[in-house]
Parts: sequence; C-alpha cells; structure tokens
Amino acid sequence: MGDNSAGLVSKSLAVFVKDLRLELRSRYGLNAIFMFGITTLAVVSFSLGQAALPPKVLGALFWIIIFFSAMSGLAQVFVREEEQQTALTLRLTADPDAVFLGKLFFNFALLILMAAVITPLFFIFTDASTAGAINFLVILFIGIIDLCAATTLVAAIIAKAAVKGALFAVLAFPILLPMLIALTLSSEKIMSGESLSEAAKMIQFLIAYAIVMITASILLFKYVWQE
Amino acid sequence: MFALKAVKLSKKFGQRTVFSDINLELNSGDSIAITGPNGSGKTTLLKLLVKLHRPTSGNVNFFDDGRALDEDALRHRVSFVSPYLNLYDQLSGEENLNFFAAVRGGNITGKGIESLLEKVGLAKRGLDLVGTYSTGMKQRLKYALALSNNPQFLFLDEPMSALDDSGKEIVKKIIDEFREQCVIVLATNEKEEYALGRQQCRLG
Repeated sequence: MGDNSAGLVSKSLAVFVKDLRLELRSRYGLNAIFMFGITTLAVVSFSLGQAALPPKVLGALFWIIIFFSAMSGLAQVFVREEEQQTALTLRLTADPDAVFLGKLFFNFALLILMAAVITPLFFIFTDASTAGAINFLVILFIGIIDLCAATTLVAAIIAKAAVKGALFAVLAFPILLPMLIALTLSSEKIMSGESLSEAAKMIQFLIAYAIVMITASILLFKYVWQE
Repeated sequence: MFALKAVKLSKKFGQRTVFSDINLELNSGDSIAITGPNGSGKTTLLKLLVKLHRPTSGNVNFFDDGRALDEDALRHRVSFVSPYLNLYDQLSGEENLNFFAAVRGGNITGKGIESLLEKVGLAKRGLDLVGTYSTGMKQRLKYALALSNNPQFLFLDEPMSALDDSGKEIVKKIIDEFREQCVIVLATNEKEEYALGRQQCRLG
C-alpha cells in the first residue's frame, strides 16, 4: 500500500513536471488565462470609473473574472494531449490516476499563478477594502481547489469533442454553479468586514464540495480517459 | 514464459463489422505478421490487443507463467510502435524517454538513454527537441521508447514506416534481438515486412 502510494505520487509528479515544462515552453494556457483575466479586469475597471461598489457586487465581479479566465486555459491540459496525438502514448504507459492527479496539480498551479496576478490588480482597480485580505485569501485558496477539482474531469471529457472551447464553459457551468454561489456569498461577507466564522457554513460547503469532486473525478476519470 | 490470448475478438464501428471471431494464442518466441488490404482492420486489431480500444465482443488476456497480468504489469511489459502514437514535440528526445520511464514507475539512467539512442541511430541528438526531428527520426525515437522498458510483448504497426534503409536495418536487428524473448505482433501491408513475423494472419 505504502509503495503503491509512493509510486502514485512520483508518477503524478512526473506528469505534473512534464506539463509544467510544456507550458513554460509554449505558454499557451498561461497566455490565454492572463490575457482574458487582465482584459476583463480592464473592462470592469473602465466601466466602473470612480464608482464605489458594494461588497456583494465586488464578490460577484471577482469570481466572474476568475471563472471565465480559468475557463479559457484549464482545458488545455487535456486538449493539448489530444491535439498533438500524445494521449494514446500516455494511455498506454501511464496509470490513469497518476495522469488525473498530475493534471489536477498542474491546473491548481496555473490558477494559483493567475490568482497571484489578478487578485491584487482587482483590489487596486476596484478600490475594494483590503481590511479582510487574509480571510479573503483563505476563501480564494479554497475556491481555486474547488475550481480545479470540478473542471479537470470536464476538461478530459471535452478534449475529445470537436468544439472544445465553448463546450468547456457550457459543461462546467452547471457543476460549478453551487460552488460559485457559495464563493460569491462568502466573499461578500469577508469584503463586508465580517470574520471567517461568519462564513463558516459556506466554507464547510466549499471544502466538502472539493472532497466530493476530487473523489468522484478519480473514480470516473479512468472511464473518461480510456475509450 | 509470457503468453497472449485473444478469444473471439470482434469489432464493429456502427453497423460496419471490421472483423469478427479472431482467435490468437502466442507465446514468448512467437512472432506474427498481421497482413491485409487497407481498411481490413490491422491497426484496429493491434489497438484492441494492447487494450487502447475495447472490442465489441471477445477478450484479450496477457499471462506470465499462466498468471494473468493486471493493467499495471502490462504497462511495464507491453511496448507499441505506431505512426499514431506521438511523443512530445516540445520535449527533447531524452526528456521524452525520462518522462515515460518515470510515469511507468521505472527508472532510466543517463547511460541507459545514451545506449538506447545510439541503438536507434540518434546518438548526439538526444538533447534536441523532438519537434525538430524528421518523421524518420521520430519513428526511431519511438523504437527507443519501446525498448526502454525491455518489453515482453512488442507490437509494431507499420514497423518501417518513414524509415530510410539504415533505419529499416535497425528495426530488423531489434526484431531479431527480441524475437526469442518476446511475443511480437506486427501489422503491415508491405510485402517485404511479411517475413519479419514467423507466422502470418491475413485480414479481409
């Protein structure tokens, strides 16, 4: 059991490092995510002007930007394998669990990088209060885990479809909707200056959502990945 | 002793039957050439045998001294060279070999990689990105990958596709070297390649 787990970790890590290396050499996913994120942020900023927005609107705006930026890049991790016809070689040589976990870690790293750039810019452009910044980062971290957990399996499904880009957002949206509502509501509370304990129920829901999604994805991925 | 048994294999795409009721029983030391015209199902049969596709009916099993091999064991013992199994263009030849060894759960040393690359005629090109390789060089690298896990089951689809004369000689040497220890299944419609298998199975 121990050897199996250690083996799975090292194989997942190999997939993660390979994807990271490919991404650093092509920058396809990074460029897509950053271009979308920064463009949306600029549009929001220009349209708002000097208007001060209530926390409810700020929370919603922030997660809309994160959601659509993520949708523009997260599917790449599987789409690239199918388009370059490397998926079959990977299927022949790699444990499906290692492929899923490696790509989940990669998407997580991609979103962390995106959030590290978009979040400070969002606070600067919208003039949002930074009083509860640490609490907001906790919500953001859980939200990123949730986003990756729910979208990595969808990315594997749509990678085999003809119309990949549009299908990703359309298929992912119903699965992500409960999570996005919880994230928006908890972000609103934190931006209003309330403590994390005020958003405890939402946070519990978001953690449970991530656990359910990752477990279900690991169980189902093998059937999606193989023909 | 390793063995491959395929029982009553059939494959349909929609209403079209590609082939039906194919039985194969091969042991270490056996080599078979699957032949037949275009569209007869040679590639499909190979994909079913390596479990990349599922048959419409029938089953394929691999054995080691009579014990059935599970999926994880197969990843270590089966190698497949085919025009539609690509390697990563944005990784170098060495990085590709390292990655696939790691993801199989094995390990490959720098010397091991050098020796494999030399064997397929790619010495000193290991650090170049695969995207800069010619089609024939990519085919050679696929052979290096196929040999990297010292396979007991070797599947070759169009084994000499895109190779020049020296590449073809390398493939013949590899097949001769592995013939006694491996089950070798190759699919081809080139007459000069029929002789690479000691047995023949004609589809269509």
